[in-house]
Amino acid sequence: MRYAMVIDTLKCVGCSDCVVACQTENNVPIGYCRDWITETVNGAYPTIELELKSERCNHCENAPCVRCCPTGASHQLDNGIVLVTGDECIGCGACIESCPYDARFQHPDGYVDKCTFCHHRLEKGQLPSCVSVCPTKCMYFGDLDNPNSEVSRLLKNRKHKTLAPEAGTKPKVYYLI
Amino acid sequence: MQEELFTSGRNIPNIDPSLEIWHWPISVYLFLGGLAAGLLFFAALITVLKKDKEYPTAVKFASIVSPIALTLGLLALFYDLTHKIYFWRLYTTVRMESPMSWGAWVLLIITPISFLWVLSYYTELFPKFKLKFEFLNTLETFLQKNRMNMAYILLPLSIVLGVYTGILLSAFNARPLWNNAILGPLFLTSGLSTGAATIILLANTAKERHLFSKIDLGLIILELGLIIHMLMGMYAGSEVQLEAMQLLVNGEFTMMFFGFVVILGLLVPAIMEFLELRGFKIPVAVPALLILLGGLIFRFVMVEAGQITRYLY
Repeated sequence: MRYAMVIDTLKCVGCSDCVVACQTENNVPIGYCRDWITETVNGAYPTIELELKSERCNHCENAPCVRCCPTGASHQLDNGIVLVTGDECIGCGACIESCPYDARFQHPDGYVDKCTFCHHRLEKGQLPSCVSVCPTKCMYFGDLDNPNSEVSRLLKNRKHKTLAPEAGTKPKVYYLI
Repeated sequence: MQEELFTSGRNIPNIDPSLEIWHWPISVYLFLGGLAAGLLFFAALITVLKKDKEYPTAVKFASIVSPIALTLGLLALFYDLTHKIYFWRLYTTVRMESPMSWGAWVLLIITPISFLWVLSYYTELFPKFKLKFEFLNTLETFLQKNRMNMAYILLPLSIVLGVYTGILLSAFNARPLWNNAILGPLFLTSGLSTGAATIILLANTAKERHLFSKIDLGLIILELGLIIHMLMGMYAGSEVQLEAMQLLVNGEFTMMFFGFVVILGLLVPAIMEFLELRGFKIPVAVPALLILLGGLIFRFVMVEAGQITRYLY
């Protein structure tokens, strides 16, 4: 089992519903977030391209944050999800420095926090909260190891990219372009 | 033209402060750790070579500095942790992949040894102050007999401590300025050089001063070579590394890096030490203090500049 998220940039309208849903579901302290929207503008007028992306922790297969964690608080589950155990974290900040996506932050309580792919919801058979609320249904979630899953089929049929693949992290959040 | 905007989610005015999470305590620790590594290395080396009678500063007087530096450095590190009460978690696991983990373990061994080393010279260092407890006297006698063994432990551990301060940064592939293999040897050389400078500062015989001036001169030349290596490597690197290097050679850290680290911290003291060795009357405290200051500024430049550099996507 290898969980992955696929986000259709052609369907995303940048409404930030995923951001708010995550903050509500996971009790993210005010002023912080585990996911966010970026708006990238390319080209010069009148040939301008706009791309909207909902970004978060990429749950990298080769996760630098797990590698550099001195206590093992940052760890990877068998299903590929990268998690932080709060009461093993000493708040040294090494994982924050190691993340090419700047997906981690220091929780006001001291430990490091980030997207969990809503691990607690997956255990109950539910989708991550961001995916479940998306009004344009541009987000998909599933198992890459299953060739018939929605994410596998989308990646087989659609042109896609990952963020900063040159960082060597093998990210598992894919963007359809 | 490419423009990336965060339209929501991140508290935009606070993005940079919340992501640049390593501040002055880290730079200060990297400097003090390197300094202690240098001092302990020279103390151990002189002892192993059985030259401790000829060079008393390196093995005796300067070694008082290393436990102080290590203690202050560790306090700085502890101050920087945000989840302080869980710091003991460092010692419930050994993570070979994490430089910070083996650094923590090396510090756990080397810090007490640096104290014991000073204790083994206690009577010679502080002849007027007798140890109050009998067991401390017994311990001192025991340590004096085992000084050679301590030196054999310190020799490799001090090198690991010196290299680790650099590897700690170079292990982060997300920060292109740090992510180069030369940073470990470079920080080790800089640490040894600051250690030698401290010995020069405290030495009271011309013989010892001159030996360490020669050693320091060699280390400075090596360090300059390694800095050139680092910049050459980045010149030949990918886009992110080229961009990272701009901060040092043509950006906001150029003055600090070339002015204070390369010129005032390396070139000027090297020339002064060379002239002093040639017989010119130059107070050795000046080049020694310049080297120490240059080493400190070097750590600040690398920590601050490295956190600005990142992958762009």
